[in-house]
Amino acid sequence: MRMREKIILRVVSKAFIPFIFLFALYIQFHGDFGPGGGFQAGVVFAAGIILYGVIFGLDTMRLAVPERLMEYGIVLGLILYGGVGIVSLISGANFLDYDVLNAHDPTHGQHLGILLVELGVGITVTCAMTTIFYALAGRGEK
Amino acid sequence: MPLPIEIVLFIFLLTTAVVIARLEDLFAAAMLTGIFSLLSAGLFTIMDAVDVAFTEAAVGAGVATVFILCTLSLTAKREYQQPTRILPFIVVGITGAALIYGTLDMPAYGDPDAVPHGHLSAKFIEIEEKAFLSQDKHAAEPAQHGSGEKAVGLPNIVTSILASYRGYDTFGETAVIFTATIGVMLLLRTRRREKKVSPPNRDQMETTS
Repeated sequence: MRMREKIILRVVSKAFIPFIFLFALYIQFHGDFGPGGGFQAGVVFAAGIILYGVIFGLDTMRLAVPERLMEYGIVLGLILYGGVGIVSLISGANFLDYDVLNAHDPTHGQHLGILLVELGVGITVTCAMTTIFYALAGRGEK
Repeated sequence: MPLPIEIVLFIFLLTTAVVIARLEDLFAAAMLTGIFSLLSAGLFTIMDAVDVAFTEAAVGAGVATVFILCTLSLTAKREYQQPTRILPFIVVGITGAALIYGTLDMPAYGDPDAVPHGHLSAKFIEIEEKAFLSQDKHAAEPAQHGSGEKAVGLPNIVTSILASYRGYDTFGETAVIFTATIGVMLLLRTRRREKKVSPPNRDQMETTS
């Protein structure tokens, strides 16, 4: 990657990447109230990470976002989603029925359940996209 | 009656599609697919499908374009030249005509009487709306209704349907993404190099920091 000389690209993307991440987190956690949700947040977050990788090179990217961590993340997100289902199952309700997650108010239970489930989707999508990028770009390294 | 901006976007979309099909320079075609996705995202925004627009802009215009460019760097930059054949063109033309003929039976855009709107969506909207309105009046009242239907009670009904009413489906979708990524890793990833991460490009680090 002959990106070292592209000073404008480097400076501009460096300024933008934090805001991309911030926007992704907003989409993730504001999904209950506005448009967005786990999948959208995941792809926006991944787009930020991949932009970083494209501009600063794969080796720098590996330091910031370890490949192994991303691979664990794909599984972690799915387990988080399924785990919420198992918890509601143990609490005596149907699989993925969030009403029982809060003992007092089913609506709060729904909020909590949806928040966790969307977080699981977000983690899986981010890590999946990044891993695919590593797989593709890693082949071109040698 | 379509808005002027819709007509403009559709014309751009069509032009981009034709140019992508005719280009031989694959690098330019890859960049144009990004523009195509961006135009689609604009159209989705006009159609009030902001969720879809987010996804299209981030995946189609961003991530997928990078993936295509990565693939190009591994394969060839230019399309393999083939003599023009007439038969594939006819087959594609007939298929396209059949698809357009199929759309004639579809309900008009935004038609409230369209079949998908009359069945479950109406029910979901009714339940959620009641819960939301009752929340304003008596906050203490649980989101329970005469029909015995339970409401999720989020302001964003799309999220309610996606994550709660259709929680199983979304779980399945997440599992699909998981499985697809495992497939890509098995197919594409080179064997993990066991060398300890060599001090990665000292000079690059310095310019970065």
